[in-house]
Amino acid sequence: MNKKMGIFAKISISLLAFWLIIFAFLPNILVLFSSFMSKGETEFLLFDFTFSNYVKIADTLYFSIFLGSFKIAIITTVTTLVFAYPFAFILATASKKYRALLLLFVIIPFWTSSLVRTYALIAILKTKGLLNALLLWIGFIDTPLEIMYTQSAVYIGMTYTLLPFMILPIYASIEKIDMRLVEAAKDLGASTFSQFTKIIIPLSLPGIIAGSTLVFLPSLGMFFIADILGGAKDLIIGSFIRNQFLTFRDWPFGSSAAIMLTFIMFFMIYLYSRASANISQKSTL
Amino acid sequence: MMRKLYASFIYFLLYIPIVILIIYSFNASKYSIAWKGFTLEWYYKLLQNDSLIEATLNTLHIAFTSAFSATLIGALGAIALYRFDFFGKKFLHSLIYILIMSPEIVMGISLLMLFIFITMPLGFWTLFIAHVTFSVPFVIVTVLARMSGFDLSIIEAAKDLGASEWIIFKSIILPNIIPALIAGFLLSFTLSLDDVIISFFVTGPDYEILPLKIYSMVRLGVKPEINALSAVMFVFTLFMVILSQILIKEKK
Amino acid sequence: MSKILLSLNNISKNFDKIEVLKNINLDIYDGEFLTLLGPSGCGKTTILRLIGGLESPTSGEIFMNGKNINNVSAEHRETNTVFQSYALFPHMSVYDNIAFGLKMKKMPKESIAIEVKKALEMVKLFKHKEKKPNELSGGQQQRVAIARAIVNKPLILLLDESLSALDYKLRKEMQIELKILQRQLGITFLFVTHDQEEALSMSDRIVVMNKGKIEQIGTPKEVYEEPKNLFVAKFIGEANTFVSTLLELKDSRAKIQYKESVFDLKCTKELTKECIMIIRPEDFRVERNLEDVKSKNYFAGKLKDLIYKGTTIDLLIETDDGEMLRASEFYNEDSDALGYMIGQPLYLYWVEGWETLLCNE
Repeated sequence: MNKKMGIFAKISISLLAFWLIIFAFLPNILVLFSSFMSKGETEFLLFDFTFSNYVKIADTLYFSIFLGSFKIAIITTVTTLVFAYPFAFILATASKKYRALLLLFVIIPFWTSSLVRTYALIAILKTKGLLNALLLWIGFIDTPLEIMYTQSAVYIGMTYTLLPFMILPIYASIEKIDMRLVEAAKDLGASTFSQFTKIIIPLSLPGIIAGSTLVFLPSLGMFFIADILGGAKDLIIGSFIRNQFLTFRDWPFGSSAAIMLTFIMFFMIYLYSRASANISQKSTL
Repeated sequence: MMRKLYASFIYFLLYIPIVILIIYSFNASKYSIAWKGFTLEWYYKLLQNDSLIEATLNTLHIAFTSAFSATLIGALGAIALYRFDFFGKKFLHSLIYILIMSPEIVMGISLLMLFIFITMPLGFWTLFIAHVTFSVPFVIVTVLARMSGFDLSIIEAAKDLGASEWIIFKSIILPNIIPALIAGFLLSFTLSLDDVIISFFVTGPDYEILPLKIYSMVRLGVKPEINALSAVMFVFTLFMVILSQILIKEKK
Repeated sequence: MSKILLSLNNISKNFDKIEVLKNINLDIYDGEFLTLLGPSGCGKTTILRLIGGLESPTSGEIFMNGKNINNVSAEHRETNTVFQSYALFPHMSVYDNIAFGLKMKKMPKESIAIEVKKALEMVKLFKHKEKKPNELSGGQQQRVAIARAIVNKPLILLLDESLSALDYKLRKEMQIELKILQRQLGITFLFVTHDQEEALSMSDRIVVMNKGKIEQIGTPKEVYEEPKNLFVAKFIGEANTFVSTLLELKDSRAKIQYKESVFDLKCTKELTKECIMIIRPEDFRVERNLEDVKSKNYFAGKLKDLIYKGTTIDLLIETDDGEMLRASEFYNEDSDALGYMIGQPLYLYWVEGWETLLCNE
């Protein structure tokens, strides 16, 4: 590594650092501080130091909202994991020729606006929509399913929107696995099942955690899915924070919920780094 | 083969809603799912919707300027991060990765707080700043990935032969990372185009942007114009993705 | 006489239309240390993988203890492999790595503990049992890989260029240790290497391979002193080769013509008209004066270069028609050789019978 930095390098770094510190680091500090303040009558913030916002969260009313949101987020994460893992595995072990193409078709929905993709579900899920039309036609059901404006719609919407976010990190993780390790396990008598549970899954754990982070956190915050598909409108922490900020003008209270989300994020990053270190093959000697 | 079946199933799930959306954007029927004939009516209606056009232009304006700036800041920063050690390097690196993982809603409200705090009016500039901020980390990751195979000793050889920093940047580093720059630009562009949550908090009443316009339209229910608009957006994104992937794949 | 543990019958293997192994027939005896030796791409690793079950033959059968194991999958074969890259599980401790195979066999915990302890002590790594592979040196990782394989008491231990990642000294140490281990355990070792010195020092028998075919099978002595063909002669040890014409073969004596010289040699085998004489550098004797040459067969030339190698001195001698011959002498302080000057005329001769005659294919 070059230790001597010319003026060019210094400008580059200063520019980046300046921007990120002012527009990324600083705002989050503001949120942190405001979570310890209270709401004023006319001003947004009263500068007193208090834990009351965090205490309020533990209040049964709000607590049940948060719990409900966690429930949705956890179920979404588990569902996407179950669907995504085999898919990511198939992709990562596909022959090299096809892999790039297959991956491309996963990246496309990943980049496409979540809003557009959520909206696209309406035509399928609504009472006079395609899903019901299909099920009625097969004879699977007698009366149309009411999915829109229920919690199920939110589950479906979140799982559908966030599925690519689970697929890609797991794919990357499995692709990195040295397949000779699987061979070694086979040589030592491991059945296909054991090869999976003892070798492949543990070694893809960082990917699983990364994917879960990219699904879990948004499913706590993505209020527009609940808005568009209806149902659970008030159960998403994201909606809650939005309401606090824009409707009730209770910034401190909203901030405390935001800080809670930030904590969860840091926790998951911690889990990720632990898992990565655990499977590291790089010699420390 | 079980594998092919399952993979196809997932692909099917991922694309069916969009495909249906695109098909229905040509459906002469307004609300029902029955097919009533092919029409371009809804696309024409889009072009006649002035506020939509305005919102689209605004969105493109923001996307372009923020993507450009993010690519500039991000690329310069990424090169410096790769080449040098400096005080606070670890902090900066961590900040970047945390930003990528950070929930959008937290970023949205934190920026809102900042802007109100410094009494900056919400509108073009606040949007611009927000979009640059969430795009920069992605540009950095893209450029760093491209640089990861880069042999630093080439730079040392150039220095040995008397090249200045500027020449090194212009003639050695830049040509090598152009694909990553374009890919980073396209990625930032798309992120900006699609952003809902962050923009929701930092935009002002006078500056309409497309995602939020769609959002408010959608809350009022399904409308065939939205189908057409969504179809356009999807195809546009599709094009961007393919282009950027081709560029990223280019090996040195 | 040992019994045959494993047989490869007419084994061929193709990868994407490339013939990697061509009709291989090989018997492996119980308890022997057998080495597959050959250059990269000769198919030796493929044979190892076929025996281990990680690949299937395109045609042919593999028999173990008389039973056809073609359809027995790797996890059920009684073989274990020590991989070239060690392939230690990075997320498991040394202990868990070694215990893995026993866990797969559903051995009870207490028995596993006993066996793993024994294996750890055999490779002298007991103190490191809770460490992760990335906390160990290359040599230590190697031992873990060996312990992980032998703890399962396989019928055959397959070692795939296991020592190639180690530095010279460590490698020499491990060669001795492996040999001792094999004698201790009595397990059949099938060892793959491209290093002929390694093969010679460790093996009971060597299988010399080239381009998917077996060139020669024999003890180290046989393979070194009685190479069957030019490839084996050149691959193992150094060789001066002389492509000659057979003039006469009568009463166990052959007269061959090499360039301008005619050599009169003892010969008890069939020779083709075009034949090759091989003389190893260490078999040449070097004299300054023609009177001291004790054989009718000799070469004359001038010293071109002298290489001091510690235990030996290598001499490069150029004959009158520009040919380079290599001779090698053991060095001792009394040795003449150091006194030779570049350009000095020298004579090379050899004890009759120390040359090898081969047919030219």
